[in-house]
Amino acid sequence: MIIGIDVGGTHTDGVLLSEDEIVKSVKIPTKKDNLYESVITAIDSLIENTDPSKIKRTVLSTTLTTNAVVQKKTSPVAVIVSAGPGIDPEFYKTGDYYCVVKGALDHRGRELASLDEQEIRSISEEIKKNGIKNIALISKFSPRNPSHENQMEKIFSSNFRNIFKGHNVSGHLNFPGRINTTWLNAAVHDSYDNFFRSVNESFIERKIKSPVHILKADGGTMPLSQSVKFPAQTIFSGPAASVMGAIPCADKNTDSIILDIGGTTTDIAVLAKGVPVIAQNGIKIQNIKTLIRAIETRSIGAGGDSFVKVENSKISAGPERKGPAMAFGGEFPTPTDAFVFLGEINDGDFEKAKKGIEEIATPLGISMEEAAEQIIDITAKNIVDAFTEMISDINNKPVYTLHDFLDGYVLNPQSILVLGGPAGVFAKRIEKLSGIKTIPVENFSIANAKGAAMAKPTCTVTLFADTAQKKAYAVSENYEESIPSNYTREDAYAKAKALLYAKAEKMGADMKNIEIETIEDMSFNMIRGYRSSGKNIRITLQVRPGLVSE
Amino acid sequence: MLKAKNKTGLVFFPAFDWAIDPTHPEREERLLYTKDQVFEEGIMDIEGIIEYKPLKVTRNEINRAHFCVPDIESVTTNSHFISAGGAKAIAQKFAQGEIDKGFALVRPPGHHAMRVVHGGRGFCNINIEAVMIEYLRKEYGYRKIAIVDTDCHHGDGTQDVYWHDPDVLFISLHQDGRTLYPGSGFTDELGGPNACGYTLNIPLPPNTSEEGYLYTIENCVLPVLEEFKPDIIVNSAGQDNHYTDPITNMNFTAQGYAKLTTLLNPDIAVLEGGYSIEAALPYVNAGIILAMAGIDYSKVKEPDYSPEKLKESADTMKYIKNVCEKVLAVWDSRNDLKKKIYGNDPIFKTKRNIMYDTDGIYERQFQHITNCDKCGGALKIDSESDRGWKITGIHAPVNVCEKCLLQAEKWYETSNSEINYFHDNKNDRFERKKH
Repeated sequence: MIIGIDVGGTHTDGVLLSEDEIVKSVKIPTKKDNLYESVITAIDSLIENTDPSKIKRTVLSTTLTTNAVVQKKTSPVAVIVSAGPGIDPEFYKTGDYYCVVKGALDHRGRELASLDEQEIRSISEEIKKNGIKNIALISKFSPRNPSHENQMEKIFSSNFRNIFKGHNVSGHLNFPGRINTTWLNAAVHDSYDNFFRSVNESFIERKIKSPVHILKADGGTMPLSQSVKFPAQTIFSGPAASVMGAIPCADKNTDSIILDIGGTTTDIAVLAKGVPVIAQNGIKIQNIKTLIRAIETRSIGAGGDSFVKVENSKISAGPERKGPAMAFGGEFPTPTDAFVFLGEINDGDFEKAKKGIEEIATPLGISMEEAAEQIIDITAKNIVDAFTEMISDINNKPVYTLHDFLDGYVLNPQSILVLGGPAGVFAKRIEKLSGIKTIPVENFSIANAKGAAMAKPTCTVTLFADTAQKKAYAVSENYEESIPSNYTREDAYAKAKALLYAKAEKMGADMKNIEIETIEDMSFNMIRGYRSSGKNIRITLQVRPGLVSE
Repeated sequence: MLKAKNKTGLVFFPAFDWAIDPTHPEREERLLYTKDQVFEEGIMDIEGIIEYKPLKVTRNEINRAHFCVPDIESVTTNSHFISAGGAKAIAQKFAQGEIDKGFALVRPPGHHAMRVVHGGRGFCNINIEAVMIEYLRKEYGYRKIAIVDTDCHHGDGTQDVYWHDPDVLFISLHQDGRTLYPGSGFTDELGGPNACGYTLNIPLPPNTSEEGYLYTIENCVLPVLEEFKPDIIVNSAGQDNHYTDPITNMNFTAQGYAKLTTLLNPDIAVLEGGYSIEAALPYVNAGIILAMAGIDYSKVKEPDYSPEKLKESADTMKYIKNVCEKVLAVWDSRNDLKKKIYGNDPIFKTKRNIMYDTDGIYERQFQHITNCDKCGGALKIDSESDRGWKITGIHAPVNVCEKCLLQAEKWYETSNSEINYFHDNKNDRFERKKH
């Protein structure tokens, strides 16, 4: 049996699955100041009368990291960077102590200036005196050569235990993103570590010995023990849980759009032939660029409780919410009131909903039926416009080869899956407006927890080889090797694949059903003068997100 | 946090799977390290910098700038449609007001491609700036356009396309043609009879460095632009004036390019040449993008940058000042040049020979241009190459007057070469007939 828990902002959902079937489910209010307690309450209610040895796997999705960032409850971090030529690194100042040290690497990882160990030693002492305990070390171009970050770590390790290095975050080139992500891992480490210890102890107490996994933003899982080093990756796992929960309803041969319609917002995601579209280069959190791979999502201010008003003789809905629908005790009319008035939602106070619709109909001189219809259509149109734009944006992402320009994959969604409270009533309006078949997801209220429960592990490996320098690196795997000058793209690919398999196994993947996807596979001849001086090879592979039963 | 002062659009299309041939300077690897640097700097994430996917240009958009012999397919590959399409994408976003400035970081380049295209010249087949400018004129009604070509090689292709057009001011700064391909671009190349003085060439001596180059921009280019008052300034942003470029002999720098961009303040920049792919391009491109966006670039320097080593000599400065004076004198006397140089025939005729170094083709041209004070004139080009093609191309510019259009039509009716082209940019009418 599998347990899936999704700790959301308002509710914590949990399911107990046996052979893909929901045996038991639970929904409790989330305790915002103690997420651990929410998790354990949900688990206790799920495993009541169940033999703990029958639990094969537990997957948690929590808002812990998201909350820490949004509520600014992060631990103090000292951020040390070395940069070299380019944008002044002072612009990337972050953390409670920020320092730019000597030392520089170029785009191929060649050393332009060495580190000054004396300088770093004295900085380490100074930070120790300041009482900061978590350290983030980042050098520009460290994915091409991690030695400066490693050298700094060696010096800092005499004073500190919690050291986070940029090259462990991602093999992707993006210095500011790497600074932010390394800082984020360090900043949420303490609260995450507490959570981790509490969960661990509770599982021991309850005699659940099977592995506990944590859901990441990309819809994949990683073992709880590993997540302590990369807590930032668990950010936005809530939306990821919902997307994973919708996958069983999606056609595997065509593309689909997933809409999670809530009271305030609608979250949009896209499946390409049943697989979530991923933002490979990382997402922004509170306008901070990170290198956290995540399911590509877009959120718009349109939902069941969107604030409806008349402005310049026109009805508008959203983007803000000013409380619940009038039918449910709110002060202002909402799309939910329109549904209640039209009899499509048989709940709440009809008279109050009617009053709300009247407030809209009267100034416009139209019938209340017409006003209600218009309110719903405008809200649905806002949603349709937003996902149409999102599909267009994904299809118009920059590409860097003729092949990708001419033959790149073009999304062409054939169905829309809708989750969330008002999903059922919105579905047919969205279908009519978009002309795309629209299906409400069954059991949507616990689809997210089921999605978390069934999510497979995901991971990526980036390998960079430079045969002129006779070096190959997969920095996030701590892999570094001397290679011969006749090393080929095929050698690099095979190595990257082996590293990915090893990583996936460590992540707890089912190695019999592993599916590898190539993200980048390029080999450049480096010509100096009129001769080849070597090859510059870049390989990125990933294990795609998916569901365990597939 | 970093924020762009000018909302800046970028098209980055390095064509990682296209080369003229595997060891050619114009090969897959050319923008590899630029991409590494630009992405490692996080430039694409800066608020106010937007990256766009290139468009693909249409055949007629190419026809507005070129007569392709024997046809477009024979002298282009997809890479040319996308490279020109990258410039077009930037032009579109600019014209629609979505961005304040834009930079098309694309390859292959285009500024050696002339109006008649028998093949590749100086790594160029399609003039990507000209295709973009004709798009801006036709679709968005831009009238007065200034092109400042800061590639190290004379922009002879762009000069040729706009030779007769008084609405397009073309200024090229380059290493003196006596010392570098294509061997043209002297101060006495001033434009055709209807546009005399609207082509300006500023040949700079080898070893020109920051001081001399920026002096020329400030004291020669900017005053001319000030008087011309263009609706839009386009910079053909070649990067081969760099001190490490393997095929030129100049001493310009990343700081120099960034400052040049700040001074010139172009609306749109389009990448041209630049073949020091590791030591220059990563830093020069980062510098140009930041300068366009109005972001501090003071630390964008080559790892081995040394202003002392690259200091301009007194002799070079003296020479440069002299060239600038000459060019300004020509500009000031532009209204009297036509009579003095070309006389006053109703139709002017010229002969010329053109070398295609990249594809090894030799072309002979015979041109007719109407004498007109109202428009750029009707142009007839009879061209034959040693590949055996004989064509007649008739071109009416977008601003053509009725009289010249009639002359163009008359020429087309009577022309009887192997292939005859009629390109009327005013009405977007593109016809051809074979004999």
